[in-house]
Amino acid sequence: MATTEGTGTDRWREELYDAKPERQGELFSTISGIENEPLYTEDNVEIGELGFPGVYPFTRGVYPSMYRGRLWTMRQFAGFGTAEETNERFRYLTEHGQTGLSTAFDMPTLMGYDSDHPRSLGEVGREGVAIDSLEDMETLFSGIPLDTVSTSMTINSPAAMLLAFYACVGERQGVPIAALRGTVQTDILKEYIAQKEWIFPPEPSMRLVVDMIEWCAREMPLMHPVSISGYHIREAGSTAAQELAFTLADGFAYVDACIERGLDVDDFAPRLSFFFNAHLDFFEEIGKYRAARRIWATLMREKYGAKNPRSWLMRFHTQTAGVSLTAQQPEVNLIRTAIEALAAVLGGTQSLHTNSFDEALALPTEHAVRLALRTQQVIAHETGVVNTIDPLGGSYYVEHMTNELERQAYEYFDRIEKLGGVVAAIKDNFFQREIAEASFQYQSEVERQQRVVVGVNRYQLEEEQQVELLKIDPALERKQIERVQALRARRDSSAVEAALARLREDAAHEDRNLMEPIMDAARADVTMGEMCDALREVWGVWRETPVF
Amino acid sequence: MAGKIRVVVAKPGLDGHDRGAKIIARALRDAGMEVIYTGLHQTPEQIVETAIQEDADAVGISILSGAHMTLVPRIMELLRENGAEDVLVVLGGTIPQDDAEELKRGGVAEVFGPGAATSDIVDFLRGAVATA
Repeated sequence: MATTEGTGTDRWREELYDAKPERQGELFSTISGIENEPLYTEDNVEIGELGFPGVYPFTRGVYPSMYRGRLWTMRQFAGFGTAEETNERFRYLTEHGQTGLSTAFDMPTLMGYDSDHPRSLGEVGREGVAIDSLEDMETLFSGIPLDTVSTSMTINSPAAMLLAFYACVGERQGVPIAALRGTVQTDILKEYIAQKEWIFPPEPSMRLVVDMIEWCAREMPLMHPVSISGYHIREAGSTAAQELAFTLADGFAYVDACIERGLDVDDFAPRLSFFFNAHLDFFEEIGKYRAARRIWATLMREKYGAKNPRSWLMRFHTQTAGVSLTAQQPEVNLIRTAIEALAAVLGGTQSLHTNSFDEALALPTEHAVRLALRTQQVIAHETGVVNTIDPLGGSYYVEHMTNELERQAYEYFDRIEKLGGVVAAIKDNFFQREIAEASFQYQSEVERQQRVVVGVNRYQLEEEQQVELLKIDPALERKQIERVQALRARRDSSAVEAALARLREDAAHEDRNLMEPIMDAARADVTMGEMCDALREVWGVWRETPVF
Repeated sequence: MAGKIRVVVAKPGLDGHDRGAKIIARALRDAGMEVIYTGLHQTPEQIVETAIQEDADAVGISILSGAHMTLVPRIMELLRENGAEDVLVVLGGTIPQDDAEELKRGGVAEVFGPGAATSDIVDFLRGAVATA
């Protein structure tokens, strides 16, 4: 913080502001706890060279024309029940003007269990769609030509298997895999840090990520093989600065791993993408996105020596904050989501998911999802905020938040490096402790009434009105189990055994890329769970020592 | 009742949403209880075994995967089978009201939804364990 002593700002503060001590005793810090000054001026903010959109270091946006060239992609995350139900929801969203698909998988799929595994009992199709095999994936995209859409898949530990299923659906539809567009999340580091859907220990998991990056660079050049995600870190309770710092640290860890494999940074970096949260603290969020672009560009160019300008670009997807939604007076969530979405747009996001108002209670109904999509359409077409690029650039406060979050991120990078890097810090529970501490701090502030959550700790209703909720038919689990078991009975079992034997063999050799054996296994109707089991045999599984 | 209240905070099922469980674990510990946190992805069998081994007064189950109607009744059944039906069971998570009522009829002492204050949970456990 620059000293303001003797400046106009200082005199204003002493003579005018301090004489009006309204609302003393309340918190004036951001939701993440960053203290705010009452006023930012040239006396206490150094703005420096702002630069231009599409020009290094991209603080003001990654593209020269931003939303005047093309609006962000409206991409609602969807998935429940079996592939059939989710296919229907995909078509519904597309009919209502959505411009990209995004797949939510159920918990068993995320954890690498087929639907008929004992651990899957009661979980099949509950929080996403159940996909066990190539056959399920074909049903999921039935009637959707894959050369006409870009598809995002939120899958991490078994990402390679789901990517292979997707590529094979393309093959069967007659679309060359080199023409397939989309994003696979594949960000295993944030799983250990926050989302906690893991299978294997970190080292073989990182190898699988690099295998995918390497293979996609060659075979599926339009696919983003990794979406480095802060979303889940924030949802787990981190601050904005932690979300920023931990996500970027993960990103650089993938870059390090690829370089260690012998890849040229400019061969893979242009396809790395990011995924951030949009929380309620409006200006803090905008500062976060601007800082993220600047840090990534600076270190990719200066530290990693990337020469292709596309390697410097941080392109990101954003989702509004699920944790900010309340079960109480759920319609109020429409307003929260609209404000968060606006922050993402003013921060220059490339694609956006807006949460539905009923999601603190259940998966969203069609009605709720349509309102969420309409929220984005209103921002895009009615508010005028898309007409001018980075409209808040040069605002003393926004520039201060950008600088401050950038500073805190670099501080965290130093701490992570001292711990021996991201994987070592995960094993040391560093991130997990930092996040648990931040989330407890926030909860305590809410319970002390220092932070107001409308409808929860102030402005409550005596009686909550009921809203209509989406119910998942329990019969769908049985249907999906029968489907995977019928596939097992029908397929060529010697081809399955051969594909699994090759996968185990290649997994035991670190110098072999596993994508081809996984593609062959997918074509032989080997299930996702069977492939994961084969790798569990070779690599073992990860167990966390929890801290609270 | 003599000594500290012993609580097992448990995460059954496959979901990794442990923010709430950790906050509750810490709030109960700060309130003077002995807290054993199981960690993630526990089976009902593992949870009941922990509750018995730790001689728990209460088990606090956190679940956000939608599988509560499968996993919670199974935990209740295993507690009964093992003669541990005196262990108080409370539940937290995104549990629709109809489901919450059915689970309470099946022996769950209380269900806490999103937005519940940790102080209310502490008070409930103190009251319910003392009268058990």
